[in-house]
Amino acid sequence: MLVEIGHFALVLALLVAAAQGTVPLVGASVRSRPLMDLATSAALVQFGLVALAFAIFMHAHIVSDFSVRNVFENSHSAKPMLYKVTGVWGSHEGSMMLWVLMLTLFGGLVAGFGRSLPTTLRARTLAIQGLLGFGTLLFIIATSNPFDRLLPAPADGRDLNPLLQDPGLAFHPPFLYFGYVGFSITYSFAIAALIEGRVDAQWARWVRPWALCAWCGLTVGIALGSWWAYYVLGWGGWWYWDPVENASFMPWLLGTALLHSAVVVEKRESLQRWTVLLAILTFGMSLIGTFLVRSGVLTSVHSFAVDPTRGVFILVLIALVIGGGLLLYALRAPGLEAGHPFAPVSREGALVLNNLLLSAGMATVFLGTFYPLFAEVWSGVKLSVGPQYFNATFVPILAPGIVAMVIGPVLAWRRGNLARALRRLAPALVGALLAPFFVFLFDRTAPPAALAGVALAVWAMLGVLTDLADRCDLGKLALTTTWRRLCHLPRGTWGYALAHFGVGVLIAGIVVSTAWRSERIETMHPGQTIEIAGRTLRFVGVTEGDVANYHAQRAQIIVERSGRAAMTLYPERRWYPVARSQTTNTAIATNGFGDLYLALGDPDGKGGWVLRAYYNPLVPWIWFGAVLAALGGLVSLSDRWLRLRLPASRAAAAVAARPVDSR
Amino acid sequence: MILRLLFTAALLITVGAPSVHAVEPSERLADPALEARARSLSQELRCLVCQNQSIDESNAELAHDLRVLLRQRLVAGDTDQQVLDYIATRYGVFVLLDPPFAPVTWLLWLTPPLLVLGAGGLLLMRARRRHLDPAMPGLTPEEDTRAALLLGDQR
Repeated sequence: MLVEIGHFALVLALLVAAAQGTVPLVGASVRSRPLMDLATSAALVQFGLVALAFAIFMHAHIVSDFSVRNVFENSHSAKPMLYKVTGVWGSHEGSMMLWVLMLTLFGGLVAGFGRSLPTTLRARTLAIQGLLGFGTLLFIIATSNPFDRLLPAPADGRDLNPLLQDPGLAFHPPFLYFGYVGFSITYSFAIAALIEGRVDAQWARWVRPWALCAWCGLTVGIALGSWWAYYVLGWGGWWYWDPVENASFMPWLLGTALLHSAVVVEKRESLQRWTVLLAILTFGMSLIGTFLVRSGVLTSVHSFAVDPTRGVFILVLIALVIGGGLLLYALRAPGLEAGHPFAPVSREGALVLNNLLLSAGMATVFLGTFYPLFAEVWSGVKLSVGPQYFNATFVPILAPGIVAMVIGPVLAWRRGNLARALRRLAPALVGALLAPFFVFLFDRTAPPAALAGVALAVWAMLGVLTDLADRCDLGKLALTTTWRRLCHLPRGTWGYALAHFGVGVLIAGIVVSTAWRSERIETMHPGQTIEIAGRTLRFVGVTEGDVANYHAQRAQIIVERSGRAAMTLYPERRWYPVARSQTTNTAIATNGFGDLYLALGDPDGKGGWVLRAYYNPLVPWIWFGAVLAALGGLVSLSDRWLRLRLPASRAAAAVAARPVDSR
Repeated sequence: MILRLLFTAALLITVGAPSVHAVEPSERLADPALEARARSLSQELRCLVCQNQSIDESNAELAHDLRVLLRQRLVAGDTDQQVLDYIATRYGVFVLLDPPFAPVTWLLWLTPPLLVLGAGGLLLMRARRRHLDPAMPGLTPEEDTRAALLLGDQR
């Protein structure tokens, strides 16, 4: 009964979305207040209905109601409770439910918090969001109904893919989808602005918090996914340029570009058209990413859904959303006000360079991801595009962006002075040039690319610190005054500093862990030892036993440093009998500066076991960096959030007080 | 001691993974230089029965066979390129993760640099044209001093 209510709530939500997507648009064009106000209540009701359906779906998973096909196919009564809950989004139907939940959540948030928005803009934005909800709900109800019944109900389920029974992957989708789908609201804002024919600083001020919000979620989501791949795949890699990873990386790249170009619109009323285009394309990339993952069009480690009808449906949805958006853009963009001019060397100029490189990087990832598909269609040649391609093209495109990332914030708006900026950044420049030299003294065999990477990382980190010190006049004033200035820097500045510093930390992690990792792969017998990165690993033996829903083979390895036992690690292998699959469970010991990473391999049948041991220096910095960047986004968001919630009258006064432009 | 304690206050994680097991100790060549070449080559070859893995990362039977095959070729004295060609002629170009520069992949390899250079050049030309445009003159020296006066000591 409950399950039917859930199904019914979905259908009702579809109807509400249809009303939300049409009536307010009419209302906005005939200036009818009641018709426009429908958008707000419809967005809230739509969110409520989808949340209800989602809760009922989750309940079915928690109580293991195997009369629901999705629960039968993806759950098992013996599965731990955590994974019964998170298994909700482990299947295709469930992840689409999560998708639409996020979509309506953002609509609901704008309806709830967007009271200071002009009525027509809010009505139109919510209407577009309603249309997106309509498309997604129709897709779910028509092709992927999560409430499909299975009668008679089977006695037990088939269990969730054991790969997904993991804390890292359990929380990866909610963050990822929050980010992915969060960009739907910037899309809706962009379309609404195109309909209104007006994109100005005020528009950017409304849009930026939402873009920041989505961006933070996507950053954390991608970092969690990469962390999962690192500790799960058993050989210490953390990024594979897999189509599914690229699917989330493409909207992230464009979303990052969008955040930065929106700054220019907000501060300088320039780049309006480009920003609107980016908003459309960013969400377009989110949809394409969904298509990649959900249709199984490209075979990949992660693709667990293969069904062409779904793929075709999403493809039509993509064509409508991107095609419609671009068509409107082509019609309306020429009518938008031209931006204020600026010199190539200026903060705007640096942000344009950032946008150019991020977009070109995105295009490269797109090309590499889809090229095998295109090539097969055109010429019938089946070819592969592996990590080597992306390393050879994407990295050189983005590297100059890192150089510019440090200089940009030090340049003045409109017209900057490069020589003066570099003088201000002198300490960072000196550090970046000396660091590779020191590294070279320690390791004469270091590859030049790694040295360049070290320089880049130091440049990014020291650059931020130098700029912060400069902003509060460190060394020129009494320390207490400097400290007070530091504390009084705007939160937006702190946000930028954290995020950019995080990028530096991330690069350090990537470069050092790639260039200086060590590896030992040996067949081990009880009592045997091997050396890795100054540590001795003593293999004690393997014990077997049944735990929860799997059978475990667990190795005990004592790690010794300078002759003394420092700790014991237990890498293991698990056999899931219901899902009939084997997993490897790595054991990782980290001290923040490096990971000792152990994975247990196959037995050799003569009492020996293959052991894979790696030492990955600075690898945790990859995730520290990503978290710092997301934190920077949050700090910056808290700043804008406070400003957004200014009393409406004060905000209006601020708008009125803006100097009228002479052009 | 405290430092050591801090450093070994390690975070221990054990979690689930597919059984992905790369190179086996038994496959390894005795010559370390040859083995290093074999490892780097095996990262460039795709495991055909897996979803998206190199033979270096895969535990599939076929990946094992390919790892052994490429080591046999290396021992026989092939260059890296000869090994790749040898395997590609038998298993198709699909096996090469690093796509070779050939007519089918011209677009793949040339688009990124052309895109950056083209778009960059276009932007620079536009910026220069606008920069020369008298619509945006810089400040005159008098305006500069006035601005400096108005701004006081602030930057």
